[in-house]
Amino acid sequence: MHELSLCEGIRSIIAEQARVHGFTCVTVLRVEIGRFAGVEKAALAFAFDEAMRGSEAEGARLEVIDLPGHALCYGCDRLVDIEERFSVCPLCGSAKLMPQGGDEMRIKDMEVI
Amino acid sequence: MCTVCGCGDTVQFDGKRQTELLPYGHVLAQAPAKHTHGHHHGLGPAGLSAPDLSQARLIAVETSILAKNDGYALSNRAALSELGVLALNLVSSPGSGKTTLLCKTIEMLGDAPLAVIEGDQQTSLDADRIRATGAGAVQVNTGKGCHLDAQMVGRAMDALKLPRGAFLFIENVGNLVCPAAFDLGEDAKVVILSVTEGEDKPLKYHDMFTAASLAILNKVDLAPYCDADLDAYEANLRRVHPTIEILRVSARTGEGMQAWVDWLRGRLAAKG
Repeated sequence: MHELSLCEGIRSIIAEQARVHGFTCVTVLRVEIGRFAGVEKAALAFAFDEAMRGSEAEGARLEVIDLPGHALCYGCDRLVDIEERFSVCPLCGSAKLMPQGGDEMRIKDMEVI
Repeated sequence: MCTVCGCGDTVQFDGKRQTELLPYGHVLAQAPAKHTHGHHHGLGPAGLSAPDLSQARLIAVETSILAKNDGYALSNRAALSELGVLALNLVSSPGSGKTTLLCKTIEMLGDAPLAVIEGDQQTSLDADRIRATGAGAVQVNTGKGCHLDAQMVGRAMDALKLPRGAFLFIENVGNLVCPAAFDLGEDAKVVILSVTEGEDKPLKYHDMFTAASLAILNKVDLAPYCDADLDAYEANLRRVHPTIEILRVSARTGEGMQAWVDWLRGRLAAKG
């Protein structure tokens, strides 16, 4: 939804980590993105390459780890995996589901030299 | 403009560039000097190689990408709690009637202390409308930015000098997508959906409706003229957010406004 903003956030986190850990170059960056985070992966990859220019992560490979979406079903009171935020419960068919997680957007780790 | 922290000369507070307002050491986001590898001692990934020695290191970060915004949101929330101020983040598509709703709300709240932060890409038209009611307002122009962030709101709060126990209405940039992800430190997001927009909007833009605690179905006086099915609106809202509260309102005729004002007073009392 605002992938360039997210990449600016990633860039400032990398700069902070570079100060703390004393590295100059990031080769691989792994991010975890929840299914309901509203992040378009293709747009994120495009924005990433642009936003990292001139930073420690210029030319780094971006790996996106998809995190599943869970929801609590009000129909059968169970925690289920769902594809869309408003999917019906795969177990009982109820449409009353409350998403639990799946909106994660975080940097998991990075390989640096 | 830096679209993360809102730095940059396109962001304006009441028409002033924020750099003019913030002389105390805030550094504008800018590209760091392009780094170069100064050493070429070998053929490894670091331009260096040694037998049995890996040059790559793995650093666990485990940090939210929006950590910076969330940090500002946390301090806004603490400041609001300290003052017992109820902050509401009003979100909607452009043209849903947020500003008209706010003007009527301010009228109905009478002497209650309140303040307004108006977010728009350009112009101070909305803040001018709010000030005409006698309420204090700060206009934040985001320039090209599509949402308010917590740092912009923190600065606007400083400019407003909020009275204790006040209502703070934050009218976000008209946009049903991006503002959903940015915590401003508010007590609740209130989404305004007008009956001219179509019953399918909660399904199409579900992030916003999931993030909101209350949905105001506005312009209900127009429902008969645009074949709006209010029950279908409510069903779709509950489909994406089963516990969302819903109020049917017409800011123009006043229908449902008392229930909204009661909701506001109840939330402020609960915070008190």
